[in-house]
Amino acid sequence: MSDIAERVKKIVVEHLGVEAAQVKEDAKFIDDLGADSLDTVELVMAFEEEFGIEIPDDAAEKIQTVGDAVGFIKSNAKS
Amino acid sequence: MFDLSGKVALITGASGGIGGAIARALHVKGATVVLSGTRVDALEQLRGMLDGRAHAIAAKMDDSADIERLAKEAEAVAGKIDILVNNAGITRDNISMRMKDEEWEKVLQVNLTGTFKLTRAVMRGMMKRRAGRVINMTSVVGITGNAGQANYAAAKAGLIGMSKSLAQELASRAVTVNCVAPGFIATPMTDVLSDEQKKAILGRVPAGRLGTPEEIAAAVVFLASDEAAYVTGQTLHVNGGMAMI
Repeated sequence: MSDIAERVKKIVVEHLGVEAAQVKEDAKFIDDLGADSLDTVELVMAFEEEFGIEIPDDAAEKIQTVGDAVGFIKSNAKS
Repeated sequence: MFDLSGKVALITGASGGIGGAIARALHVKGATVVLSGTRVDALEQLRGMLDGRAHAIAAKMDDSADIERLAKEAEAVAGKIDILVNNAGITRDNISMRMKDEEWEKVLQVNLTGTFKLTRAVMRGMMKRRAGRVINMTSVVGITGNAGQANYAAAKAGLIGMSKSLAQELASRAVTVNCVAPGFIATPMTDVLSDEQKKAILGRVPAGRLGTPEEIAAAVVFLASDEAAYVTGQTLHVNGGMAMI
């Protein structure tokens, strides 16, 4: 399970160019990690690819923090 | 300059006069072309002429499911889409007093809404690859207006505003969005005009002649090229001086 959190963290670090230490569970992509709205779309796309899932638009809008992403993926990931 | 080798272009309305010329020009510059339109025979004929590096997928631009399918099939068959040319367009001319709801809605749906939906479906891949060209075919009448074409002019003006907005959204991902605005071009769409109408139109064109589809295609090739990377949100008018904006 913590594997998912690590993989999410890695994607966020790569994508937003932030330090791993900043990527805490309650860190907000836009307010805390400097993402813009397009970045959040791209993060969702990257999660979809990494975990082989589909994240519908209404669910994607609710994913605002690192923890939100991990939570959604945990309950929807196949692998 | 303007080499498109290794690129994939999706062209809607490729069974028409201008669309066909655009497809041929992009193909000549090295691009693989995916031809879309409603007339299967015309698409297949063009695909045959271009042999190799050409695919044909029929799709209706007023059908959301068909638009989604087109984007998916085009990416599946060609691997990616680097250049999207939204050229599909229809006219249902009528003076406004007599224009039926259906005539208004159909033109808006195909020319504006369909273009938006296809662009939205295709831009995901472009954003990811940090490269892409969206070229929307608008018209001089989107700027000047034209009696009898309230629906068409509204759709074409709408495309310009839409393109500027998309250009701002996507510029940071190296995806450009531009329009080409033809004036009066010799195509089946303008063939139906009477000689008298043509004469009246030519009186307003300083160049003194109709444009050719190839002259429109050349503008598209430029905007599709790597060299045009710093051009975005613009409308390139190709109209023999008919309107200078």
